[in-house]
Amino acid sequence: MTQYSATMPAPLDTAPEASLQSRLRRAERMNKLKYGALILPLAIFLMLTFVWPIAALLKRSVDNPEIITAFPQTSALLRGWNGQALPDDGVFAAFAGEMAQIKGTPVLAAAAKRLNMEVPGFRSLMMRTVRATPLEAGASAREVLIDADPRWGETATWQLLARNASPYTMRYLLASLDHKVNEQGKVVATSPEEAIFVDVLLRTFGMSFVVTVVCLLLGFPLAYFIATRPVKTANVLLMAVLLPFWTSILVRVAAWIVLLQSQGLVNQALMHLGITDHPLQLVFNSTGVYIAMVHILLPFMILPLYSVMKGISPVYMRAALSLGCPPFRSFWKIYFPQTLPGIGAGGLLVFILCMGYYITPSLLGSPNEQMASYFVAFYTNQTINWGMAAALSAILFVATLLLYAIYTRLVGSQNMAARAR
Amino acid sequence: MSDDQNKNHAEPHVTFRKVQKSYDGKNLIVKNLDLDIQRGEFLTLLGPSGSGKTTSLMMLAGFEIPTGGEIRLNNKIINQVPPHRRNIGMVFQNYALFPHMTVRENLRFPLTIRKLGATEMDRKVTKVLDMVQLDEFGDRYPQQLSGGQQQRVALARALVFDPELILMDEPLGALDKQLREHMQMEIKHIQQKLGLTVVFVTHDQSEALTMSDRIAIFNDGVIQQIGSSTAIYERPANPFVASFIGENNALSGLVETVAESTCRVRLDSGVYVHATLGDGVVQGARTIVSVRPESVQLNVQSLGCANRMGGYVKEITYLGDHLRVRVELAGRKEIMVKAPAAEHKHRFDTGDAIHVGVNPEHLLALAPTASA
Repeated sequence: MTQYSATMPAPLDTAPEASLQSRLRRAERMNKLKYGALILPLAIFLMLTFVWPIAALLKRSVDNPEIITAFPQTSALLRGWNGQALPDDGVFAAFAGEMAQIKGTPVLAAAAKRLNMEVPGFRSLMMRTVRATPLEAGASAREVLIDADPRWGETATWQLLARNASPYTMRYLLASLDHKVNEQGKVVATSPEEAIFVDVLLRTFGMSFVVTVVCLLLGFPLAYFIATRPVKTANVLLMAVLLPFWTSILVRVAAWIVLLQSQGLVNQALMHLGITDHPLQLVFNSTGVYIAMVHILLPFMILPLYSVMKGISPVYMRAALSLGCPPFRSFWKIYFPQTLPGIGAGGLLVFILCMGYYITPSLLGSPNEQMASYFVAFYTNQTINWGMAAALSAILFVATLLLYAIYTRLVGSQNMAARAR
Repeated sequence: MSDDQNKNHAEPHVTFRKVQKSYDGKNLIVKNLDLDIQRGEFLTLLGPSGSGKTTSLMMLAGFEIPTGGEIRLNNKIINQVPPHRRNIGMVFQNYALFPHMTVRENLRFPLTIRKLGATEMDRKVTKVLDMVQLDEFGDRYPQQLSGGQQQRVALARALVFDPELILMDEPLGALDKQLREHMQMEIKHIQQKLGLTVVFVTHDQSEALTMSDRIAIFNDGVIQQIGSSTAIYERPANPFVASFIGENNALSGLVETVAESTCRVRLDSGVYVHATLGDGVVQGARTIVSVRPESVQLNVQSLGCANRMGGYVKEITYLGDHLRVRVELAGRKEIMVKAPAAEHKHRFDTGDAIHVGVNPEHLLALAPTASA
């Protein structure tokens, strides 16, 4: 530092480089803290109202607390059992003891209900058995139980208990995919007359796909039309697109029922025009569901498409024309590929929203149009089977995540060039 | 004002005859445009924004349809030919390279449409990439290239299909100064090498002066003057051209007497000057005499000049190689003088009395209203 001339003020910074680094970090840390503090309320809110409930509900799809709560000791012993011959006397004794402890409590009822779900008749078995407890002093637990019900002398009965002796189960998730664990502990397909969920899931995906495609076919030309209008006209048209958003979804569905019913406006108009001589069945079947769903979800397709198209300069089309490419081919080769991110975003949005639709199909469709969310509601509200409700939700959730992963993969490779810089 | 020595006068490549364009049905953006473009010439359309230069270019490209008149290419009327059938290459302001295609795919695009064979296509693409020195960048996407490289690709794409002529719409506007000057030379060299007919639109006058064989100065939908760089700069046809191209001092006055090619003008300050006679200037009419700052001589250098005036130095700006001196003449008229720094540095100061002199050949008497 001696090379500075005497007239120069003494240099302020004589500390080594490390201190500069740490000072920089300190300065940035303050900033980070400040921004962190700003988003903290939102983060907490989201954790409490969004992340935590979803996680808790998803956990329900594998939760299996009933047996382990009612029979902690028996469960522990059964986990060490080989499952071949009948369990030894210790297990019988522990089971009888725990039976006596929970006699008459809701814990027993819950366990009985849970087991009855898998093997019908198990509830009465449990209730009959509990009456034989507590054991008299010196009595053999094995004899008393088998005496109360001979089924305690069968390995299958104990295997059922053993299968449910762990705090987690795949039962609900398997059931949502029409599979179950059989008595040998193997995963097998449910019998065809009981299998419904794969059909429901396929129907959910199928209907979502059709709605997405129809929305794309209707929305693409409109988005293009709006994107190529002058700003003033475009704003008015966008308002018209957004207008349905300001009406409650229930009102819109009810309006469709009024319009589409056999004496409704649409049918009367069709008959007046001589297109048909008898009212068409337009509602309470798949037609009604498709019409209403497309109507409700169309804006979700148009808006992302519009925003992407707005960013595509019209000069690309001119460039293609100047290079000798006819107008339609220019559109297809130059304009359309650039709208793919918008198609992807809009399609994904509509598809995902569609998969979760409940009110529209349940009001406008017949039982044949009910989608997965109907059964989620059914298990939540009617049978209070949280496990099944959570399992079906989990499968929809995973399907959504998969779709999103595929989407980012596709759009990612599309835009790779743009991001490579 | 013609310098078309080596051009084929028999048949212009492109002709505009009485071409008009209106967007709203009330105002004409282009008014009765007559213009001949010779084969192999580099013609620049220069003018302020809204002067009709870009509209004229777009009519030639086919993106705008003339409201009146006719445009001929190779003596065939092309008014109704859609742009994709005109075989005209175009370089756009922001290049308009297709972002979802690599450089090579961009270049191949016009050839695919013309259904060229694979080997022929590869040969042409490689050749044109080589010409713009981008051989190694064929597999990049446009976003991965710098502005200058994108510019070259745009040029290559306009050339690759051997078009009738090349149109350029302010192609260098987005580049920084150094790169722009470099590209100006490169475009000029390629144009000369291939003998291309180029119509170039710009509002940058130095660009126009550097590159053009001829410049057409647009204002108000009318060509004010068309000619070589030298003709435009040294013999502007009217006060608009004089002030639009380069720096210019304008003094108004009255034409007293007219000789063969000179005239005597009484300036509004009462001073008489001899000036070169411009088009449309008659005895007794108002005139604007115009002189370039670098043609005005100061002090000793002004001794031999036919027109000498006295004035005061108002301001001196030092610019390294030259000085810019603001001089107030009689009647509070100010003129700007550009003088070599080596000869005049420290010879005078702000507030000093000074002599200025201009030779008649540098003092141009022009008709005041802009008309063509």
